[in-house]
Parts: sequence; structure tokens; C-alpha cells
Amino acid sequence: MKKLLALLLALLMVLSFAACQKEEAGEAEEEADYSFADGDQYEQIGGELNILNWGEYIDEELITLFEQETGVKVNYTELTSNEEMLIKLRAADSPYDLCFPSDYTIEKLLNEDLLQPLDMSKIPNAKNIQTRMLEVTNTFDPGNKYSLPYMWGTVGILYNTTMVDDVVDSWDILWNEKYAGQIWQYDSVRDAFAVSLLRLGYDMNSTNPDQIEAAKQELIKQIPLLKGLGTDNIRSSIINGKAALAVIYSGDAIMCMDENEDLAYVVPKEGSNLWFDNVVVLKNAKNVEAAHAFINFLNDGNLAARNTEYIGYSTPSQAAMDRLDEYYTKSDTFNPSDEILSRCGVYHDLGAFIEVYNKAWDEFKAAMGSNN
Amino acid sequence: MKRKYFAYPYILWMVLFIAVPMLFILYYAVNVNGEWTLTKAWATLSDAGRWRILWLSVKMAFETTLICLVLGYPIAYILSNMNKTVAGFLSVLFFVPMWMNFVLRTYAWQAILEYFLPNLLGMKNGTLTGTEASVLMVLVYNFIPFMIMPLYNTLSKLDKSLLEAARDLGANSLITFVRVVLPLSVPGIVSGITMVFIPAITAFTVPALIGNGKYHLYGNEIELAFKTLSGQGDFAVGSTLSLILLLCVLISTLIMNHVDKDQQQGGQMW
Repeated sequence: MKKLLALLLALLMVLSFAACQKEEAGEAEEEADYSFADGDQYEQIGGELNILNWGEYIDEELITLFEQETGVKVNYTELTSNEEMLIKLRAADSPYDLCFPSDYTIEKLLNEDLLQPLDMSKIPNAKNIQTRMLEVTNTFDPGNKYSLPYMWGTVGILYNTTMVDDVVDSWDILWNEKYAGQIWQYDSVRDAFAVSLLRLGYDMNSTNPDQIEAAKQELIKQIPLLKGLGTDNIRSSIINGKAALAVIYSGDAIMCMDENEDLAYVVPKEGSNLWFDNVVVLKNAKNVEAAHAFINFLNDGNLAARNTEYIGYSTPSQAAMDRLDEYYTKSDTFNPSDEILSRCGVYHDLGAFIEVYNKAWDEFKAAMGSNN
Repeated sequence: MKRKYFAYPYILWMVLFIAVPMLFILYYAVNVNGEWTLTKAWATLSDAGRWRILWLSVKMAFETTLICLVLGYPIAYILSNMNKTVAGFLSVLFFVPMWMNFVLRTYAWQAILEYFLPNLLGMKNGTLTGTEASVLMVLVYNFIPFMIMPLYNTLSKLDKSLLEAARDLGANSLITFVRVVLPLSVPGIVSGITMVFIPAITAFTVPALIGNGKYHLYGNEIELAFKTLSGQGDFAVGSTLSLILLLCVLISTLIMNHVDKDQQQGGQMW
């Protein structure tokens, strides 16, 4: 049922996206630049390339262009979660060459030996990626041998400046009784626990059961203050001024701030999650040549700039940054400073310990009935 | 010609899509990653938090059913006493919303309660979602046709000569209603209660969308168990929870059948 809802929402979003884009198309028509930054030429490779990616997570023009340049036929499959991706990739006859897993999923894929090292000589455009990004992705892909970051962002607080008169710089504000009934918490176990753990001064990848218990108690205390637990529905609620504060992903925050200028986004001082979706080549890929060409293609400065504008999430490519206008590059939400990044970290795969989190999350949900 | 052959596709359907899936649920409840064990099932059963969620769901379903009955009975009664053409037209109006998808209607209510109504009432930053009352209201909205329909069917089939007889014997309209109409409409009431209570106890779209995820009912708990708690690839918790809910549904059906047992006239849906 949840999937049905997701599908429905996705459909709504596609429709509204289509509507938005039609409006913008007029202005953007001439500047839409799908040429290669360095006047690159791609060789004819041929064959097929099977790609697995999240929905709405690439500018389809790029796929068409790649097919024209290389003669490769791209089969593009969309899905909605890392778990679903793992199931597909574990299948013995998995046909996929290339996919876009998140940080902690890379750790899992490496543990299960499902990836092959990238041949960097075939990806000259990898030089465009900011070193400060590679320093972080290094933590889940040691030596950056198997993956390159594709899109990234932070988790933070989106708030309405007309409704909040305190300084927002700490997760603490989400426990402030003044804003009772106007706070959205994120409906996902890792994100909600990261907020609570960080606020208590703990590591968001904590594997200390006492800390998880303390974080759970704090989340239970927060229940009466919450407007609700949400994911995609948070956006329209906060855009329309129906909530004062929300835990949100930076990509979504940018989308909301476009719609309502009273909104502001902050990465709290206690730190936060930094997430990366990365591109990898699978061990049993059939068209390794085309897979590398595609990765190189995605990292072209011009094309990466187009792609990030289309998707709305931050690009790790400096060459793309140089081509985007100030609206993006000067924004702390889209392009966080090194100081903000230094406070953040990625989620790590917790192995079997995730059961402790899941159990605490279940207890938190059970506490809801008696607390509101 | 043996008519019973016509039942075979139905039996096949029942076996494939009802019996087999239930056996799967049972299997997954006691088989964790290929190993037969009751530990997970037992841990699920002995979890007080989960019983609290079940209690909350039963309470919510009971309230929904009661409100549906109190509101639905007079409507069905008035409809059944109207001229047939007018009643037919009005009942179509009542049932037309049911032709639209349940999830879509719930989304519509979310928009109404989150934006439309509060803005109309001048509550700039206020909303009406996320409260128990709003969840209850949308549950009632969604399920009330299932209460009205069987009641309307029973009441409109009522033998009018019995009412005339009651009048002849000196009963006023209140006594006629209490001693003749009400007892004769019990099958409709029973079938209405069953039709509302069972979907209400398993509801999870409404609490998720209208309750802003704050009203975590049993259906939501089962979803959580299958989606989040089965990270290690086992469905024992979710399956056990499903079995408990199935048992609740079974018990309430049995109780209702028992009440309905002696009634000759069926208060069917349509």
C-alpha cells in the first residue's frame, strides 16, 4: 500500500514537474547546452547497457545523447529503495551493468563482493569531482576504488522564519514546547535516531544499546510536540505554512525554499547526516566498456550541470559547479561550506546491530498510541 | 446437469488467493530463514506495546462502527420510507463516492483538512489533521455506505402489513418502531456492523495519511514489521501480527454470525 502511495505521489510529482517545466521551458530553451565541456568525442561502443536507478533521478535527455554518441542501447530500470536494489543485484542472473546505490549500501555490496573496481583511465572526467567529496566517500569505499559520487546532500532543519523567533542552530529546537504541534519528524528509523543521538552528543552510527535507549526515550518525549511523522508529505505542509519546523533532506529543502521565501534551512551545530548516491559497476557486468563510458559521460562538466539542475540535488562535480549560477553556488543548502561538512558524517552499515535500532523504533511507534 | 461445476472456478480462486496465502503467513510465522522456531512468534506475542496498539485499533474500530450505526440507521430508515424513485436516486448519491478509489478519497480529505477547511476558517498556520477526531471522521466517511446499504436493503424489504397490524393493535409509532421495525432489522444491523468493523480494525491508510503518521494502528504496525523489521530477511514478526489480526476478524465474524443465526431474512449487502 505504501508503494501504491509512493507511486501516486510520484505520479503527482511528475505531473507537477511537467507543469513547472513547461513554464520554465520558454526561458531555458536557448541556454539548454547538451554539448560536451571539453569537446569530447565518444567512440562507437555498441551493445546494450542495463542501468538500475531511482525514479526521476537522471535527465533523460542525457540517456538519448549517450545512445546517439556511442551506439549503445540503454535499458533503464527505476526502483524506490536500496533494499529492493540489493534483492535485484543478488539474483544469480542479474542483468545489470551499472547502478546508483547509497553510501551504506556500497558497504553491503562490497561485503558481498558484487562490485568491480573502476578503471579510472577510462573515466578522465573523474578529475572534476571535488576532493572534499572523495574524502568523505572514502569512508565507505576505502581508496575510492569502486564508486564515484553521483548526487549528495545533507539532512537538516527547514523552518519558517515568520513562525520561529528563536535562533535555529541546534536539534534542541525540535524539542521546544513553544512549537508544539508544528514540528515534523522524519519517518525513517536511521534519520529519526540520528537526530536524537546527535542532540544527546552521541555518534549517529552508535552501536551502544544504552545510547539507543536514551535516544528512544527522547523521541518518545517528543511525540506530544510533533505535528506528525512524514516523508514526502512534509514538503507541501511546510510550503503552505502549516508547520514551523521539519527534519528534511537538503534537496527537498531547496525545492521548498523555491516555493516559499520565508523558509530557511540549517544544518545544526551538533552535526548531521551527509548522504551520497554513487555510481558503481557490477562485478558481472556484461558491457564494462559502455559502463565506464557512461560514468565518464555523467561526469562531464556541462552534462553534470544540466543533470543537477534537472534533479535538484547537489552535484559533487566542481566543473558543474563552475557552470551553475549563483543561486545554487552561493546557497548553503545546495553547496554547504567546508565548515558545515566537517560537522557531518555518513551512515554506516550497522550489520546485525540494526535490529537494536529497529526494535527501539518499534517501541517508539507503540508508545505513540498512549502519548497523544 | 450438475450445477455444482459452476462453483469450481470460485473454489479454485478461494484456494489460490485465500487459503494458500494464509498458509504462507502461517509458515513464515514459525519458520525463520529455513529454521522451525517459535521464538520470534513468542517474542511478538509477549510484547506489551503491540497489544496496546491492538487495543487502540479495536477501540478506534468500535467507535467508527458505533458512529456509523447511529448516523446510518436514521438515514437508511428515512430512505426506506420514501417513494422508491426518490429513494433510489438519493441512495445513488450516497454510494457514488464509493466508485472512486478509497486512497484517492483519503488524499482528498487530507487536502481538505490540512489546507482547505483551516484556510476557510481563517486558521493561517493551523490544520485539522493529526488528531484522533479527524482520523475517526474520515474512517466514518469511508465506511458509512457499508452500514447504510445492508440497513436500507433490510428496511425496504420489510413487510408493511406488519406495521399496519401493529397500528391496528394500538401501537403508536414509537412502539411500532421499537417492537417491530428494530427487531426485524437486526440482520441488516449485524451485517452493517460486520461490514464496518472488520475493515475499520484493519485500516491503515487513513491513520497514516490523516493522522500524519501519529496514529499508529495495527495495520501500520504490520506494515512496519514487514518493511523495516524484516531487515534480516525474515517475516516472522509481521506474519505473527497478521495471524493475531486474522484471529480478531474471525472472532468478530463468529460473534456476528451467532447473533444472526436465527434470523431467516438475510441482510445482504446489495
